[in-house]
Amino acid sequence: MDQAASVATAAGDTVLLATDGLTKRFGSLTACDHISLDIRHGEVHALLGENGAGKSTLVKMLYGSLAPDDGHILWEGRPVTISSPAEARRLGIGMVFQHFSLFEALSVAENIALALPPRGRRELSDTIRAVSREYGLPLDPSAGVADLSVGERQRVEIVRCLLQEPRLIIMDEPTSVLTPQEADLLFVTLRRLSAEGVAILYITHRLSEVLELAHRATILRRGKVVETADPKAESAKSLAAMMVGSDVGGIEREGREPVEAKSRLVLRDLSLPADNPFATTLTDITLTVNAGEVLGVAGVAGNGQSEFFDAISGERPLARDDMMQIDGKAVGRAGVNARRRLGAAFVPEERIGHGAVPGFRLSENVVLTRHGTGEQIARFIIDRRAARDVESRVGERFDVRRSGPDPKASALSGGNLQKFIMGREIDRTPGILVVNQPTWGVDAGAARAIRQALVDLARNGSAVLIISQDLDEIFEIADRVAVLSEGKLSPAQPTETLTAEQVGLLMGGVHHAHDGLPHEEDARAS
Amino acid sequence: MRLELIRRPAPSTLMTVLSPLVAVALTVATGFVIFAAFGVDPLEALYFFFVEPLTATWSLEELVVKATPIVLIAIGLSVCFLSNTWNIGAEGQLIAGAIFGSIPPIFFPEWQGPLILPVMIAMGILGGMLYGAIPAVLKVRFGANEILTSLMLVYVAQLLVDYLARGPWRNPEGLNFPDSRPFEGWQLLPKLFGTEIHLSIAFVILAVVVVAFVMRSTITGFQVRVIGEAPRAGAFAGFSRNRMILLVFLISGGFAGLAGVSEVAGPIGQLRISVSPGYGFTAIIVAFLGRLNPIGILIAGFVLALTFLGGEGAQIMLGLPEQMTRVFQGMLLFYVLACDTFIHYRVRVRTKHAAAAEA
Amino acid sequence: MGIIEGIMLTVITAATPLLIAALGELVAERSGVLNLGVEGMMAVGAVCGFAVALETGEPWLGVLAAIAGGVIMAALFGVVTLIFVANQVASGLALTLFGLGLSGMLGSAYVGRPGARIGSLELPVLSDIPILGSLVFGLDPITYFSIALAAGVWFFLFRSRGGLVLRAVGDSHASAHALGYNVIGVRFMAVLFGGACAGLAGGYLSLVYTPQWAQAMTAGRGWIALALVVFATWLPGRVVLGALLFGAVSILQLHAQAIGVGIPSQFLTMLPYLTTIVVLVIISRNRLLLRVNTPACLGQPFVPDR
Repeated sequence: MDQAASVATAAGDTVLLATDGLTKRFGSLTACDHISLDIRHGEVHALLGENGAGKSTLVKMLYGSLAPDDGHILWEGRPVTISSPAEARRLGIGMVFQHFSLFEALSVAENIALALPPRGRRELSDTIRAVSREYGLPLDPSAGVADLSVGERQRVEIVRCLLQEPRLIIMDEPTSVLTPQEADLLFVTLRRLSAEGVAILYITHRLSEVLELAHRATILRRGKVVETADPKAESAKSLAAMMVGSDVGGIEREGREPVEAKSRLVLRDLSLPADNPFATTLTDITLTVNAGEVLGVAGVAGNGQSEFFDAISGERPLARDDMMQIDGKAVGRAGVNARRRLGAAFVPEERIGHGAVPGFRLSENVVLTRHGTGEQIARFIIDRRAARDVESRVGERFDVRRSGPDPKASALSGGNLQKFIMGREIDRTPGILVVNQPTWGVDAGAARAIRQALVDLARNGSAVLIISQDLDEIFEIADRVAVLSEGKLSPAQPTETLTAEQVGLLMGGVHHAHDGLPHEEDARAS
Repeated sequence: MRLELIRRPAPSTLMTVLSPLVAVALTVATGFVIFAAFGVDPLEALYFFFVEPLTATWSLEELVVKATPIVLIAIGLSVCFLSNTWNIGAEGQLIAGAIFGSIPPIFFPEWQGPLILPVMIAMGILGGMLYGAIPAVLKVRFGANEILTSLMLVYVAQLLVDYLARGPWRNPEGLNFPDSRPFEGWQLLPKLFGTEIHLSIAFVILAVVVVAFVMRSTITGFQVRVIGEAPRAGAFAGFSRNRMILLVFLISGGFAGLAGVSEVAGPIGQLRISVSPGYGFTAIIVAFLGRLNPIGILIAGFVLALTFLGGEGAQIMLGLPEQMTRVFQGMLLFYVLACDTFIHYRVRVRTKHAAAAEA
Repeated sequence: MGIIEGIMLTVITAATPLLIAALGELVAERSGVLNLGVEGMMAVGAVCGFAVALETGEPWLGVLAAIAGGVIMAALFGVVTLIFVANQVASGLALTLFGLGLSGMLGSAYVGRPGARIGSLELPVLSDIPILGSLVFGLDPITYFSIALAAGVWFFLFRSRGGLVLRAVGDSHASAHALGYNVIGVRFMAVLFGGACAGLAGGYLSLVYTPQWAQAMTAGRGWIALALVVFATWLPGRVVLGALLFGAVSILQLHAQAIGVGIPSQFLTMLPYLTTIVVLVIISRNRLLLRVNTPACLGQPFVPDR
């Protein structure tokens, strides 16, 4: 038996699941490198690591959706081969996914039935109602999943998992889609399950959650186990050091010059109807972003972030010109290139297929957004040399690690591609930069570089608007914060006057915003 | 045993070139089996199909004649397919081009002079474009599936030309044959250097050069490729998908129309109830076999033209059914599509034994 | 038999092959596979059915052969698109071109020969009831089967667990795979079912509708069946309605030709094709309706990572 497991048994608790030298390779990349860890009955075991540390790969092997290349899995001391998710469920392993696990076109009951052995419809509906109520996660079995909020969808996942009566629940970044308040409710449920003897493998990159919830934490870095630690004996700082490997360092951010604010981007009563049944309608959004500042728009996914971005970028032009101004010019009905010519630049959330074309070389991806800015790069005939010049300049300035000269975008890692896309826009020194989820799925080093670049751009006189689900990021770099909830935007307030708690309440929607916080309409009237 | 596909980090250049060659080889190999099943000597049949047409001057000329419309149409379709828009009604647009191009000589039979041919060609292109615009507009305006509408319009065009050639446009001096009056003199494309090859081969060369340049080096070609590969990125770049759908249908319809008028003003020399043995569908195969690349299409066009000629030869010499040609063509497309998998994926065969050894 | 009654009877028989082929394609599309090869599979089904019935003298063996022909063609498509993840649109076109060629090649010996026919059921007493008798009790067995098939497909898709899995695979193959369902296996079965139906529809044409073999005798019905699936917004009940509508259009134009309404026959023959376009336009205008029922993964290739 491996070392980690023997330590665990020495602690007096029995081990439910252990891995011994579990390894998975994808081509030249070793995603999981001889991982040994153990999970005890009834414990909340955190799996902590950065994006790309190998957490998801490890979990997929435990849940049978990936086959390990090497190593063993022990279930209650016996070696097992988990060849499929069905096999995992038979053993008593349940999983709550972060993405890709619900069927939008099906009802709640149908979604749940797919993960369970066949049983009668009515009986299943009754069970769903009973269990969901018991755990404080009320659900209507006949509702269509497409109509549910992100938080409600997660409830479906959890209830689906609970109905399998698992002895180990794997949760993949469950709070990434929740408000702080919703997360607290989830923690209550998890603690209760733990008390009932169910083990929980909790995957996260958020240190605060580990400290608050976990009995033990295993830290992964670049596919290897760094350590299995006792969170009570650690601090956020020490955990972070283990997770990242070296001190990443903070963002250099001097206070804003108290010059008179010159407003560069102005939104006035911006409204945009949803263009499909799964989209959010934007209602009466009013906002000013000034020269020299970073303005953060916080919010839970699915509250209109992508619609908001499309409206500002001009990918979906607005109904009236006066809904949006760039440096005083009304541009509501203008297209994306007209807005670019006025000095605006945009970075969407989705890198592959939106911000960049995966099958194109980086220099061709330069042409993608810069053909319409009035530069030399393309009038009718594409100036390849000019495009390549930009590509190498951006590559150097933003430290984009490339396999060779001018590779295809698909050959870059997520963090490097994001640095390239960000660099492509910042290279123009735009007067206004709008970024949706600047560091989503990006490793810590690249995230820091990107945030620093955003702050630097603002300090040089540009107006920077970031839309982010990552509250830590918003508090780190935003000068003012507004919250997007159900397609409505709260008034922007200076970051230092807000607490995470207050922002969380706003994220939960106006109907929660009563504890002394300004109500939207009141704020606008005053 | 199980096949597993493993995505390559970057598409394989070698396989991009190799895939169509492997597909042709597999088609020939399968042909061997089919001929044997029909009770003819497979080697002899393959000879008649793929070699014999290359041994005589007249059949080489015939090869060029057959390849001309196929390549013209396929060049246009390649632009369409690159933008991920599915015009499969090129056969109908070809017929529309033939009908429109026939209007000047049929309504003004006495018109002779250097002007009539350019007018006919312009009309033919216009006809193909207009007919191609129908599915494009229905798609852009109403969201109707362009695959189904463009295909339905093929049947409509076939019936329309049938009506015209039997009815109002029938040659009054033609002994009741369902043909228009034959075109004469300036109304016909000149033949080159005393061969059977018409001037339309020049259109092919021009098309290859122009389309290759536009797709590679201009912002228009860039738009087509971006929208085909990543429509959201296209919108982000400020390109309109709707305008692009209209554009590629006009381009591919125009080329098909040019092919159509080149047939009636060339090898056929009049409007008939049937102006094409299915060039518009063959061109789809050619576009894919030629990697949606103008030079590749030029080569692939000749390969497919060979199957038409070889099919005729095999029918006459060995009594094989003429539909053999279609079988070969369909098979070739299947093989090339399957082989293309290896451009993006490696295939690993996992036997039970190997899987057990790894575990 | 009265003329109205006769027309209604022919409308139903004209609708039957469309209904069967469209039901098969509906199941395939619900699983997320777009198979544009219906026309080719139908043609092969037609020739297989005709040839086997003629050679053996057993029309019912012909029916089985038609189904087998469609299944083999569909298997070809399944291998290329599901295992080799080739583009479904292009592969479907290839299947149609290949199928039309193959049927012509196989059928070259049978052109113009009279075939075996499956007649209508003649139930004593019941079939003799005026109007209702022949319409309800005087049809051929395959038509009855097609109605049962529509009900069966509905029940399978919306009332059985297998159907739930199939719809789930078509809605999100990634989720279905994550839950441990064999996405490729489910899709392969759905494609084979589609092929069986297309083959049967082809066999109906050459054994019941017009018991003979002719080049390209499917005449675009495979494509119309594809359009029917869109028209029906992927719901089996509406496929029945759509098939009857198209059956009516094609029969009425035939009658109009026979009576001689002064319109050239070519334009009347165009009617089913033009109707298809018009119907597609009308149904596509309501994008909300389409979006709700369109299988989200339709036409998307799936490669499991393991």
